[in-house]
Amino acid sequence: MDAVTQLQRQLVDYTNSLFLEGFLDDQFNQLQQLQDESNPDFVVEVVSLFFQDSERLLNELAKVLEQQNIDFKKVDAHVHQLKGSSSSIGAQRVQRVCITFRNCCEEKNIEGCLKYLQQLRHEYSLVKNKLETLFKLEQQLLAAGGTIPLY
Amino acid sequence: MAIAGETYRSTAGCEELHVLAVDDSFVDRKVIERLLKISSCKVTAVESGTRALQYLGLDGEESSVGFDALKVNLIMTDYSMPGMTGYELLKKIKESSAFREIPVVIMSSENIMARIDRCLEEGAEEYLVKPVKLSDVKRLKDFIIKGEGEENIRTKLNKRKLQDDRHEDNLLPVSSSSLPSTPVSPSSPLVACDLATSQSPSSPSSSPPSSPSLPVCLTKRPKLHSS
Repeated sequence: MDAVTQLQRQLVDYTNSLFLEGFLDDQFNQLQQLQDESNPDFVVEVVSLFFQDSERLLNELAKVLEQQNIDFKKVDAHVHQLKGSSSSIGAQRVQRVCITFRNCCEEKNIEGCLKYLQQLRHEYSLVKNKLETLFKLEQQLLAAGGTIPLY
Repeated sequence: MAIAGETYRSTAGCEELHVLAVDDSFVDRKVIERLLKISSCKVTAVESGTRALQYLGLDGEESSVGFDALKVNLIMTDYSMPGMTGYELLKKIKESSAFREIPVVIMSSENIMARIDRCLEEGAEEYLVKPVKLSDVKRLKDFIIKGEGEENIRTKLNKRKLQDDRHEDNLLPVSSSSLPSTPVSPSSPLVACDLATSQSPSSPSSSPPSSPSLPVCLTKRPKLHSS
């Protein structure tokens, strides 16, 4: 098996695993459909925006939750934003944690919020790693002269 | 195909629709921009209702409205935004004589009946549940091009799109038997999804939907169930 085929196989397998394990959902496919020769980096660009946005929001969340009097409305607003952007790129597991996190906000459950913030950080770093690996595989494939398969 | 009696927009003959997209999220702005560009639309993306009003020249400033702003064919706005919500923006647009004819579409990640009702009653053309898909944009584009005057039941009824793959509890199980052509018992899948007649999500209504041959979960228009 030549290098290109091998890399292609690797990429497809890896991508499939991300879907199977629930890290990504169909929205990620939708994004890939929006990428073409005129916009070859679209997915990477959107995902990068997501990374920036998420890191900002996670930091904000930590700050708000450190306060003496926690402003749950603010917590909820941040989680809502994160839920939105994770949904927009198909980061399913992050999105799901956001949903349960919001319930804790509604209940003004401090412990719950702290627990979910931790879980959120965890899921975010997982999906970030996965996506970075995915993009690396794509780069390797392109560098070897291959093309990214349509999933 | 001749379209009779439509309010023919001035875009007739002009290929590109100009869409004003309003969303406070970077990620969503980028995505909607791409969705629209890939659908051959010209896009102006702004981050808030205030900016949108400025762009349209509705902010009370004496500055002249940019030429581009006069040719906006569609406004797509996020619902939840800090400062001015999409709903408030919708109201301001509908209150303006210059822009009230422009179709406004609300986008929201939340599938809340009361919110949807409110937006549609205020004159929103459609309420899209996020994330917005290419098929949503294509459908909108076709709708705008055909013009609002067209008495196309199917188009009017395709006013709300539910998240098929997320809200599986709302989704009709697509069984191998064909969809019932007449409205039937409350256990009928069509009724479970007939949100037009049920105010609370937990009470399946037994009143028939008005268009039995509807594709699943795709309709909501206040006047259809006001009888």
